[in-house]
Amino acid sequence: MNLKLKIWRQKDSKSRGKFINYQLKNISPDSSFLEMLDVLNEELISKNEEPVVFDHDCREGICGACGMYINGRPHGPDSLITVCQLHMRKFNDGDTIVIEPWRARAFPVIKDLAVDRSAFDKLIQEGGYVSVNTGSAPDANSIPVKKEFADLAMDAAACIGCGACVAACKNASAMLFVGAKISHLALLPQGKVEASERVSRMVVKMDELGFGNCTNTGACEAECPKGIKLTNIARLNREYYKAVF
Amino acid sequence: MSLAGIFLLTFLLVHLGINLLVIIFDDPMVYNKAAHFMGTNVLIKIFEIVLFGGLLLHMIYALILQVQNWIARPKRYNKANYSNTSFFSKFMIHTAVIIMVFLVIHFIDFYFKAKFGHAAEIHIDGVTYHDFAAEIEDKFKMLPFVIFYIAAFVFLGFHLIHGFQSAFKTLGLENKKYTPVIQFLAALYTVIIVGGYSIMPLLIYFK
Repeated sequence: MNLKLKIWRQKDSKSRGKFINYQLKNISPDSSFLEMLDVLNEELISKNEEPVVFDHDCREGICGACGMYINGRPHGPDSLITVCQLHMRKFNDGDTIVIEPWRARAFPVIKDLAVDRSAFDKLIQEGGYVSVNTGSAPDANSIPVKKEFADLAMDAAACIGCGACVAACKNASAMLFVGAKISHLALLPQGKVEASERVSRMVVKMDELGFGNCTNTGACEAECPKGIKLTNIARLNREYYKAVF
Repeated sequence: MSLAGIFLLTFLLVHLGINLLVIIFDDPMVYNKAAHFMGTNVLIKIFEIVLFGGLLLHMIYALILQVQNWIARPKRYNKANYSNTSFFSKFMIHTAVIIMVFLVIHFIDFYFKAKFGHAAEIHIDGVTYHDFAAEIEDKFKMLPFVIFYIAAFVFLGFHLIHGFQSAFKTLGLENKKYTPVIQFLAALYTVIIVGGYSIMPLLIYFK
């Protein structure tokens, strides 16, 4: 495949940054999107140019490190996958691919396509945990949990914190991420004890970090690589009202 | 925001009910009497202040949230908005501005005339009624006016179809069982409002 890439290049967080065009030839349709970028970077290094910086780690779609905005969609033109699981067969020969970093005030660009997502860590520090030592795994059914709640909590816990929800949201809101964390813990007996303090603190922190507000547009749900549902946002709202009133 | 929105949704139904009096009874005095009641009853006058409060609250909240949302993404995407998602929700602030322009014109046309007494008067049994029915007939005989009003109702519909169900989600009311019902009600409500409000100008114009 021959491709034209239009990639956001930015020297550091303080630089202005701009799009640079690159031509790539003979890319295998079976290669992953990140492998395609590896090929580009090898070419750039061999020409003594700066390679394109992007985050990646497991390349198995489970760590949440990779993430970029490809042709107007986080993680590119496929659903329920991260960008490392996106393959070049999803594109056509001769395509122009526009690649941008996540855009949000809370996620400043570090360099090129890499953004600082420590705002998510700060949110977790506000309550995305259980503050007692739970010890080793208990015997099965020693703490009874209704199957329905266990399933919902497990679905919410699938969030890998990649930031696609913030990137996709027209308001750069972190409601789906926080909704997933709140749901995952509030639905289980171990997390229920601290549910109200957790939701109050996380919501305050979310505003403090400069994330936008939820307008129930649903772009987060549409782009989430783990299929986290919008119902988690409604549960976040319910938990918040319960804590406040 | 959502509570004020739901409050305004109920007002739209009340206003529609009064409008339909003109059509159902086909007697201008029924409408004039209803308008007279709305303009003079003390309870309604108190409710009017609550209504304007609700509208103002809805607008102020919307403005604050919208500005926060714009600030949350200082640098826009070069290529954006390709996510498969609710279309009308992306344009709530735009439809809101259109509805506001409509409201200003609508107020100049009817509400201020009622308040400051520029409408023609009818005296029956010593009571003075403003002849709003005639006022409405005059306005809706003009085609541009009819087109403008119906266009405004369509935009109102775009605003309502998302706003209705979004308000419930914000209040935390979303689950597998009820959300489809709420979405159906949102569509039904929108059709009733847009259709119901559009019938009056159309009927008067073609009468």
